[in-house]
Amino acid sequence: MTGTLAAKPAKNRTAWRRRQRLVTPLLFIAPAALLFSLFVLYPIAASLKLSLFHWRGVGAQTWAGLGNYHELLADPVFKTALVNNLIWLALIPAAPVLGLAFALLLDRKERMMQVARAFFFLPFVLSQAVTGMIFAWFFNADYGLLNAILQLFQLPSVAPLENESSAIFPIIAAHLWPQTAFCMIIYLAGLAGLDPALEQAARLDGAHGWRLLRHVILPQLWPAHFIVAMVSIVSALRSFDLVFVMTRGGPYDSSNVLAFYMYEQAFLNLRYGYAAAIASVLFALAAGCVSFFLWHMLRRER
Amino acid sequence: MSGALRLQGHARDALIAGLLVLWLLPLAAVALTSIRSIEELHRGEYWSWPAETMLVQNYAEVLFASDTGRFILNSFLVVFPAVAGTLLLAVMAGYALASYRFRGNLLILALFIGGNLVPYQILAIPVRSLIHDLGLYDSRTGLVLFHMAFQTGFATLFMRNFIRQLPPSLIDAARIEGVGELRILLYVVVPVIRPAIAAVAVLVFTFVWNDFFWSLVLTHSTAVRPVTAGLQTLRGMWLTSWHLSSAAAILAALPPALLFFLMQRHFIAGLTRGVTGD
Repeated sequence: MTGTLAAKPAKNRTAWRRRQRLVTPLLFIAPAALLFSLFVLYPIAASLKLSLFHWRGVGAQTWAGLGNYHELLADPVFKTALVNNLIWLALIPAAPVLGLAFALLLDRKERMMQVARAFFFLPFVLSQAVTGMIFAWFFNADYGLLNAILQLFQLPSVAPLENESSAIFPIIAAHLWPQTAFCMIIYLAGLAGLDPALEQAARLDGAHGWRLLRHVILPQLWPAHFIVAMVSIVSALRSFDLVFVMTRGGPYDSSNVLAFYMYEQAFLNLRYGYAAAIASVLFALAAGCVSFFLWHMLRRER
Repeated sequence: MSGALRLQGHARDALIAGLLVLWLLPLAAVALTSIRSIEELHRGEYWSWPAETMLVQNYAEVLFASDTGRFILNSFLVVFPAVAGTLLLAVMAGYALASYRFRGNLLILALFIGGNLVPYQILAIPVRSLIHDLGLYDSRTGLVLFHMAFQTGFATLFMRNFIRQLPPSLIDAARIEGVGELRILLYVVVPVIRPAIAAVAVLVFTFVWNDFFWSLVLTHSTAVRPVTAGLQTLRGMWLTSWHLSSAAAILAALPPALLFFLMQRHFIAGLTRGVTGD
């Protein structure tokens, strides 16, 4: 760009530069925007549209109207998956709560604390495909660590992953492991940015312990609460890896979730239209949660 | 803040140590299994200290007598170009969004952020069709392309926030001097945003390395599959050879874990500063 510039006469140069200031941002953004539109934005629209069709992956798509959604309403596996997603959402707040507790505990400057933080954070760095294997072993009925511990205290052994009524819970527990680590790190950053003067003033007023935490520290952590809530919700709804690795949705679909059910319908049963309808419901759920949060956040800011 | 929980000194240290042991116990158990002998597993000894450590034998068997090595290589061959591509796209787009005022600037930013929050499933079918139509199904290039596109959303936000914090005089001075925009980006901006580049690089490395869903949806052959998806194939093959599955799992977890320990500051700065934007 600048190479051709030097050769031009001075009069044209300013005009060219003005144009350059106009065109460059477009040129700089274009590659990222193009790729992002092609692989993220367009697919969202395409999936929503596909949910109104029947399609088996080859051949023509046939119009289904709301047929796929009607079928969903009567599908017991869809219902189980949706309920499991809601249970997951209901339990995910444990991650921010635990993460905050860890952060408060580890919020000190010593060298050893830095090391401890790194190890508490480690689960977040592991692939969920690996985390799933770790927890599948942990909860295994025959040789799992959980039963080894229960045995140590002479308690009866359990088989949570093999039981239809409980199989979703070990998976959610496995998800809390990395998610708590994430929340901890965000809260540690939040705590580090607090104004120490406010805490001192509150202490002089006689506030301490839980009162200090509730009325002085927690309100100042708003940006952290926001990030942590948003990311935890999205991560809970996204969870696919753990279900795939730990139970494949079983036994008898009792631990299925929308993300995994969509995968089954699309890539195992080749029912793309139906799968797109499941994905659309999941998308709506995520969009609903995120906008609810944004709205509350904005209202609180005012 | 130490007063918040009103726990001081040794009591607190002991609590932290105890919690840490509990916290990492599931991981430690897998590490222990990975160095145990098959004989001990057959005898039902899962949790005793291994009588003989099979560290070298087990890991050598996993690396050289199975496809694990190939899967790990595949992961590297996907991750490195994906990180490089993401950085290239995000630095350019982030610079443009940070230093020019134009209509739609915030809208583009919002789309980048919003797009990164959607569940993968809403993208899966069209992305697979696209990759297929490009002739890239079951290729590393297809995976790289998708990861690059997706990670660019968050990476651009990060770069944009970082560049906005630079003193405006830095870029303005260069513009007044008549330096071209590309040169400003390369010689003025890039040198001062090195910490941001490092942070995005370690995060994108970790996210892409740990991806499971897209590896499953966009690849199927051993020659191409990354290690997260490959592990599941191995697990099906090894069934009860937990010592081998554990060793493979530890190997798959090692690169991002090592990177995290080596680049801890950048990693955490990336997560905390990049997302919150201050």
